[in-house]
Amino acid sequence: MNRIKNASSASKKAFLNYGIVIVFFIVFQTLVSTGNITSALKGQLIPIICYMIMAVSLNLVVGISGELSLGHAGFMSVGAFTAVIVSSAMGDAANPAKLLVSIIIGAIIAAIAGFLIGIPVLRLNGDYLAIVTLAFGEIIKNILNCLYVGIDEKGVHFAFNNPDALGMNPLGKVIINGPMGAVGIAKIATFPTAVILLMIILIVIQNLVNSRTGRAIMAIRDNRIAAESMGLSPIKYKMLAFTVSASMAGAAGAVYALNYSTLVPKKFDFNTSILVLVFVVLGGIGNMTGSLIAAGVLVVLPELLRKFSDYRMLVYAIVLILVMLVTNNDKLKGRIDTFFKKLRMNIAKGGRKK
Amino acid sequence: MLAHLINGISLGSIYAIIALGYTMVYGIAKMLNFAHGDVIMVGGYVSFCSMMYLGLPAPVAILAAIFVCTVLGIVVERLAYKPLRTATSLAVLITAIGMSYFLQNAALLIWGANPKAFPNMFKDVEAIEIAGARVSPVAVVAIVANLIIMVALTLFTTRTKVGKAMRAVSEDKGAATLMGINVNFTISLTFAIGSGLAAIAGVLLCTAYPTLMPTTGSMPGIKAFTAAVFGGIGSIPGAMIGGILLGIIEILARAYISSELADAIVFGVLIVVLIFRPTGLLGKQIHEKV
Repeated sequence: MNRIKNASSASKKAFLNYGIVIVFFIVFQTLVSTGNITSALKGQLIPIICYMIMAVSLNLVVGISGELSLGHAGFMSVGAFTAVIVSSAMGDAANPAKLLVSIIIGAIIAAIAGFLIGIPVLRLNGDYLAIVTLAFGEIIKNILNCLYVGIDEKGVHFAFNNPDALGMNPLGKVIINGPMGAVGIAKIATFPTAVILLMIILIVIQNLVNSRTGRAIMAIRDNRIAAESMGLSPIKYKMLAFTVSASMAGAAGAVYALNYSTLVPKKFDFNTSILVLVFVVLGGIGNMTGSLIAAGVLVVLPELLRKFSDYRMLVYAIVLILVMLVTNNDKLKGRIDTFFKKLRMNIAKGGRKK
Repeated sequence: MLAHLINGISLGSIYAIIALGYTMVYGIAKMLNFAHGDVIMVGGYVSFCSMMYLGLPAPVAILAAIFVCTVLGIVVERLAYKPLRTATSLAVLITAIGMSYFLQNAALLIWGANPKAFPNMFKDVEAIEIAGARVSPVAVVAIVANLIIMVALTLFTTRTKVGKAMRAVSEDKGAATLMGINVNFTISLTFAIGSGLAAIAGVLLCTAYPTLMPTTGSMPGIKAFTAAVFGGIGSIPGAMIGGILLGIIEILARAYISSELADAIVFGVLIVVLIFRPTGLLGKQIHEKV
């Protein structure tokens, strides 16, 4: 009986997530089509969706699997630059197919990177695991900083740390130029495709979490030794969560990259990883709805704080600290609760007087 | 080769001084203080301002930087971390990140985004020759400073009452409270010492690499944190060994392999070490109990 109840509440939560995304889509799509949106905010729509995907996928690792990862932007970066290469290599193929193939290959390459990195990382625990994911994020950034990719009629050429080694025809075009990043990307990502991708990812996460596998992952998170003695392999399940999460980050990166005409590897550094982690923690660890809302609000917040101009990032930092203090300090929490209780009582009293 | 080695030890000494701050705070408060790197930057700016705008001599400027950073460390701890003593470690981590954003953006507002050229306080001193290798005076100063700090800290934590209290708190907070140790004071003191050391590291770093920006502290901060983990986080000699090894690896990689890939190599070595010794070089292996 209890199980049925749990299952129905889980699906309710899932539909809440889908509902939020659909409402978000409808609201902004109408705003865009009626022209009631600032161009700055319009340019942010696809990045917001990408950060939402980043947040829910990181939440899969941090919340469901219980491992702190500080290098999530690295996988986004792998997906992004893979997608740039794939979309350039496909030349003038029709658009939806080109975008789709770029996203899929970006996700696959990011999943492979996640799997390879997971092998050493998941043998460690706690803060040591966190620092190694940070290290891998930085390594990915450094390697992409040294990557040169060019394209001519013979195909795609790769070179490492030496742009002259590309060996291209003079007619060839450089796609990725080391620290200068990718240039001349065809902007083929669209808002509806980004929303569809987010929906697919939410459905996958929802079904994964509520499956036998998902319960195994959470059991290992809650008590590794007990789970292990029930015959669950911690490495296998943690690896699964890590790889799935990496592939989702790769897909997000692919859409993100194909929304800009230029992109530098430095964009996906430690700070981006931290930004996504902030979405996850502020939204509530393990809570996908929270991640969606936090990502949406926090990406838009600096835009809304524009009237503070120079002070906006300072205000952002203060808001972040205050939110953490208010939500995590028992004393402050108690005070706010009593305040609301009194308020409610006063309202109730006022109602009775009438 | 010898010159590279000495430069590596010197850079490593700076990392080690920063790493001490990370490792002590981690040992005692079990938190990763991400704002530590930005305290280095504040130290750099304070000494810069006292030398360039107030015209103070270098030693006074350094003392001013140490004073401001120590106070900053205590204030940050009181305002942001102390209310979260019982919260989850992730919540504290995010607060520390918020603090780091705050310090960087405050510095951006106060001093602007343009890099400042840090004055060379060893202008009049010639490069020093050690066994035929010419090294800059700041390299030697960094190494000597690191040695003095190491010895002083070791004596402090093993011989003095407050130092022993510090170790007791890091071992077991509850038991330390029962023994009459003021845990809050001890934690504040740890932050104060860590931040004071960060100020020294900031001055040394800016003298060795004389560009000062609001983001100056973040990369050395991350690397010093890596060094602390490398040596085994929570261990003072570990921070020293980790810092120096990291500095040597970085300088040698930059000189002989590739300057673009130096950071990747540093982090690669860290990963290899952690695979074989999952709690760092000198870290304690804690066995899990059911």
